Parts: sequence; structure tokens; C-alpha cells
Amino acid sequence: MRITIWLLVTFLVGVSGVAHADERDDAKAQVDFGITVAQSGLWKEAAYRWERATEIDPTYGAAWNNLGVGYEQLGRFDDARRAYEKALEVEPDNTYIRNNYDSFREIYDRQNRRRDR
Amino acid sequence: MTARTVVAIASLAGAVSLSACSSFYEIAVETPIQASIDVGAFQRVLVAGFLNAGTQTIDANTETARLLRSQLRNRQELRVIEADALALVEEMDERLGITPPPLDEETPRFPDADALAKHEAIFEDREFWQQIGEEYQEPLIVTGTVVFSEVTRSGIVSRPQTVVNAQGIDEYRTIREYRDMRGFALSPRFIFIDGRTGETLHTESFHEEALYPASQNTPALSSYFELMDRVLPSFLNTLSTQKIRGSRVLLK
Repeated sequence: MRITIWLLVTFLVGVSGVAHADERDDAKAQVDFGITVAQSGLWKEAAYRWERATEIDPTYGAAWNNLGVGYEQLGRFDDARRAYEKALEVEPDNTYIRNNYDSFREIYDRQNRRRDR
Repeated sequence: MTARTVVAIASLAGAVSLSACSSFYEIAVETPIQASIDVGAFQRVLVAGFLNAGTQTIDANTETARLLRSQLRNRQELRVIEADALALVEEMDERLGITPPPLDEETPRFPDADALAKHEAIFEDREFWQQIGEEYQEPLIVTGTVVFSEVTRSGIVSRPQTVVNAQGIDEYRTIREYRDMRGFALSPRFIFIDGRTGETLHTESFHEEALYPASQNTPALSSYFELMDRVLPSFLNTLSTQKIRGSRVLLK
């Protein structure tokens, strides 16, 4: 009986792992395509792909980071800030994300100072 | 597990993590900063002149009007109206019934921005600006105040110093020392007025300082241009969208 329960738990954990791996694969495909189109300057399409990726897998830090970059290029600064902050929440130690965020904040804060004047 | 096995496993883990980290793409970006004013409704811009305070070694009104005009002329959005800068101080002196004191280079008439308070009422005079607007075919009007004054500061400053090390090679070190500094401060406040209605559309203030060693004699005009150089990008960004070049990293 104990062995049966153990096997069942192992099976369920395995299945959920596979499901998560599938989600990550789908999200990764969107992220990859987003990078390709971003490299051609198609930021709107890129941002759409990264939005899809974060919907499919909200724990995918790279997708949130790229979405931050995409929103920044579209001038959607408040959305960019939220996306970068989500990326850092998922991957707090990622220096690439931190550097992107710091560079963005310089511009974002400057823009807000102008707005406040 | 031997030490060698541990090292091998650690190297493998390092290699795997390095390959995981290598999925990144550096990409050149141009982040757009939106203009503060929509100038679509205007075809012309008039740099009308400024109330100026601070040192009188330069005519900050004329210099600022001339510099802004030349900068705006390089942009395509608006046609710059060629007209002399208005003497706003004299205009307000007349209205306030003030006889201006004789010019004295040593003691400025308006030492700081506060001294301009009464004269600043001109910016609220919609009829006056509307009249100017009518005269110049309803342009966007740029006016405001410019305070350019001498400053002195003393304190600890850092500067690089070259030293030759034991191997005879030059090395740079940062040394900190107490110094007397002298220079200038520039505080412009730009006011953008709708020439059709006389209404203020937008106001932007800046403050910049340039300090030099007290022994160095820097001409006021050269310092003025140095400081205006720092302010100009933001001034121009008020009227047109600016793109800031940089790079970001996309991750997989």
C-alpha cells in the first residue's frame, strides 16, 4: 500500500513537472521569436510575443525582462517598470536584469522629474 | 568521494551554469522621451526674451535668446521668428513706475531670483502675450527668467594624480584635498506661452553650476555657454521627442 502511494506521488510530481516543462517550452518559443523580431526593430510584435510568454509562464524571468525592454522602446514607461520589477522578483540575483533596470530607471526618473515640475 | 571528484563535479556545474547564463543578446536601443508640449498647433516659435538676474558681466537676456534661437533653428518642427529680445525688465519698470538705478557692474540690480518677484507678474499678463502673439502670427512664445551668478565654494575635492611606482611605471591615484573653488551658477526658468491665447502651457526650471580652482580665471561668457550646454538637451526635449541611445540585454 505504502509503495502504491509513493508511486502515485512520484507519478503526479513527474506529470506536473512535465506540464511545467511544456509551459516553459511554449513560453521559450515566444521569447525566442520576440528576440528575432526585436533584432529587426519590430518592438510592437516583440512586446506582444513576450506578453504571451509571461501569460504562459509567469515565473519566466527572462520573458519579464524582455517585456520590460520592449515596453521601454514603445515609450510605455510605467508598464516597463512593472515588467522589470516582476523580472527582478522572479530572478533577484540576475545581474543582466538588474543592469537593464538601472539603465531604465535613469531615464524613467528623469522623465518623472520633468513631469513633476 | 575524493577531492578530485569534487573538483570535477564543481567544474561541470560551473560550465553548466555558465552555458545557462550565456543565452543573452545585447541589443542597441533608442529609448524615446516624449516631448512635454505638443507643438503641432504652432508653425512658428518666438524666443521673446527673459528677465535676468545675477551678475551683469554678461547680458543673460540677449545671450539666452540668441542661443535658444540658434538651437531651435537647427530643428525642423518650428520656424524661428527673427526678432530682438524684448526688454521685459524695462517693460515692467514702466508699469511699476520704477526708475531703474544707474548701471553698476559690481552690484547687480537683481542679485537673485527673489529680487525679480514683482517683475515676474508679466508672465501672468495674458493680454500682453496675446498682443505679442498677434504681432507675430500666433507663435509659441518662449520666455522666462535667467539667473546667472558668481558662486564660491570651499571643500574637499578628488582629483587624479600620476605617480611612478617602484617598477618605474606610471600609476593613477585619486587624491583628496581641500580647495577653494570659484565659478558660476545658472538657473533658467523657461516659460512656454500660447501666442493665440496668452496662456502659459508649460514651465521648466533648471539649475547648473560650474566650479573652477580659485586661481583659474574663467570668463563669465565661456562658463555661461558651458552651463547652457547642459541645459539645452532638456530644453529641446520640451518641444520635440528625444531618443536616448543605449543598450539592453535580452534573455532567453
